[in-house]
Amino acid sequence: MTTLAGLDEVIGRRFPFPRRHFLSVADLNVVEVSSLLDLADGFVALNRQTSKKLDLLKGRTLMNLFFENSTRTQSSFELAGKRLGADVVNMSPRSSSISKGETLIDTAVTLNAMQPDILVVRHASSGAASLLSQKVGCSVINAGDGQHEHPTQALLDALSMRRAFGRIAGLKVAICGDVLHSRVARSNVAMLQMLGAEVRLVGPPTLMPAQAERWGAAVHHDFRKGVAGCDVVMALRLQLERMDGVMAPSQREYFRFYGLDREKLAHAAPHARVMHPGPMNRGVEIDSDVADDPDVSLIQDQVEMGVAARMAVLASLAARLDNA
Amino acid sequence: MRPQAFTNVRVVDPASGWDGPGAVLVRDGVIADVAQGGGLGSLSEDVEVVDGGGALLLPGLVDLRVKTGEPGAETKETLKSAALAAAAGGVTSIVLQPDTDPVVDEPSVADFILRRARDIHLVHVYPAGAATKGARGERMAEIGLMAEAGCVYITDADRPIVDSKVMRRVLAYAAGFGMQVAHRPADPWLVAGAAASEGEFAARLGLPSAPAAAEKIMLERDLALVELTGARLIVDQVTTALALESLERGLSRGLPVTATASINHLSFNEIDIGDYRTFCKLDPPLRHEDDRQALIEALSTGLVKIVVSAHAPAPAEDKRLPYDEAAPGAVGLQTLLPALLAFHHDGRIPLIDLIRTVTCAPADLLGLPAGRLAKGAPADLVLCDPNAPQVIDADKLVSKSKNSPFDGRTLQGRVLRTVVDGRTVYEAG
Repeated sequence: MTTLAGLDEVIGRRFPFPRRHFLSVADLNVVEVSSLLDLADGFVALNRQTSKKLDLLKGRTLMNLFFENSTRTQSSFELAGKRLGADVVNMSPRSSSISKGETLIDTAVTLNAMQPDILVVRHASSGAASLLSQKVGCSVINAGDGQHEHPTQALLDALSMRRAFGRIAGLKVAICGDVLHSRVARSNVAMLQMLGAEVRLVGPPTLMPAQAERWGAAVHHDFRKGVAGCDVVMALRLQLERMDGVMAPSQREYFRFYGLDREKLAHAAPHARVMHPGPMNRGVEIDSDVADDPDVSLIQDQVEMGVAARMAVLASLAARLDNA
Repeated sequence: MRPQAFTNVRVVDPASGWDGPGAVLVRDGVIADVAQGGGLGSLSEDVEVVDGGGALLLPGLVDLRVKTGEPGAETKETLKSAALAAAAGGVTSIVLQPDTDPVVDEPSVADFILRRARDIHLVHVYPAGAATKGARGERMAEIGLMAEAGCVYITDADRPIVDSKVMRRVLAYAAGFGMQVAHRPADPWLVAGAAASEGEFAARLGLPSAPAAAEKIMLERDLALVELTGARLIVDQVTTALALESLERGLSRGLPVTATASINHLSFNEIDIGDYRTFCKLDPPLRHEDDRQALIEALSTGLVKIVVSAHAPAPAEDKRLPYDEAAPGAVGLQTLLPALLAFHHDGRIPLIDLIRTVTCAPADLLGLPAGRLAKGAPADLVLCDPNAPQVIDADKLVSKSKNSPFDGRTLQGRVLRTVVDGRTVYEAG
């Protein structure tokens, strides 16, 4: 097996993650996050080679348990697991036993009996991954739980920013749109603040969580003022069913005031970059003109960084497994 | 049954205002004599003397808000298991919520419950009747017939009566039969889908939440309807500082309103939810600490007069779920008294005032023959060591369901013996 020069050294620095599970950014500290980002950097280089395979997770089984559909995150974890040499199984309980009345815990306990080493879970309820982690013997990775957290997304976003700007400390980041329902926003606020960025939350009052100002981030309802001088403008996905008079009056009104387009982006810093966790509603929260411009958009980088960031998490959890 | 004399006890009887040494003589299921300060004098030879060893002797507790699963969901709790839990907690009279399956919205279901309770023969059981058919908030239930059958108040339990016209008619009609209506103040649209109290904590956990104003909005409506109809209202579990302000204004205008507080909202705040602890998922949800403090203050000033256990059994399969899918509610019959004593131990509320909220205050509100240590009253008594510490182990609770938020908590106070109509129905082992 060939490895990139220097990767061995990166992998050698892989630090044994001091936790069994990867559930929440709130559980992490700066040292852990920095180590994960360093490790992920090494994997980015690996992923750009022809031969991408390592054997850090050889013999290990990774189970993707997605109660909510997500092609992007699921395939990202699948690739991350396979590139590290794990056997990967994808389960979509939506189409099988859950509809027969089996509970989350029953499903988890059943799968646990098949002796997976790592369970990657996405579920529509906040706290679902944490609940599951209390009932199974393997490591659990939270791939999104309701409106709570999506920690690997925050890690890949931080990685994308660090590679684009060379640092995170001191960056001004505006997180824009449906903050209320967004687990991406919650994880990103926690991680970016931990790493020293200045975070702002921008969106209509109906899409802001109660007392969001107490998260230590400035809250703006005027998009242009909110993004003023920002290095990064991150647009969040707004589910279409929340438009149409529910949380916002209409798509066109939302786009007019909160959609990220060239004109609004001009209020950010001159070198500002645009991010989006995907999948995008083009013409709703973001304009294609901006999203597809490689000079300003980091959106494709985010997808690439996603695989590397997840490899870093898997490798770190596996390092703990090896020590066990 | 031999007469019994309870001696060497500290008698706390809020109805007469006595808190001090004394003794109580029980004969033929009723209290034959009460000695406040002194002894009972010379006792005839057939009297069995129970030496309380300095423990508290209280009137048996009266709990206005209890749910069981019978009829309809006996895996949660049966009338028998609830009665055993009540006995173990020193609760001698329970009022059952009507939201069973079938709903207590006509006299035969009330008859069934009363007949079962007579067969079980442990504690006094009183049904509450539904205000509307199926507790759906649309058409009035047979309130008069249920009153005749023995229902002690009218309520749709957890479900607010949304339609103000229906609520007005229920209040007015029930008053014609001398029945009070208990109503949960919650704006149905604001609370729809909510699992927590709106604020920083719920936002961080990503839980769907409702603002405290939801409680105030509905309470203000209810107060206006009370003013309109002149009917008496029981405010079912006030939980927020905002609603307490409304309540205070209503009472100062002389409205015939009585508010209850649940022991859970007096004992816990939202932080106890911690890492999505579903045993702390309640309806109404746990509030901010400011709200809890305001509620304790309201209890000490008498703004809130009654404490309920809000006993709501939910089996493990309904609780071992993601937080927003888990069933709300907590069992509480067995922990009510020791949990309440916490405010006595803290020095927040005098013991006699605390005991009033679970004895003569609820009994007098409904006119039940309970809650007092008076000559001729039914001999419903609790002997309790107020200082004995105990760590609550939910698995050891008597209820069929073990969903206690007090699990793992240390409480001070232990029921030693519970007496109903002169019969000992519980004795600590």
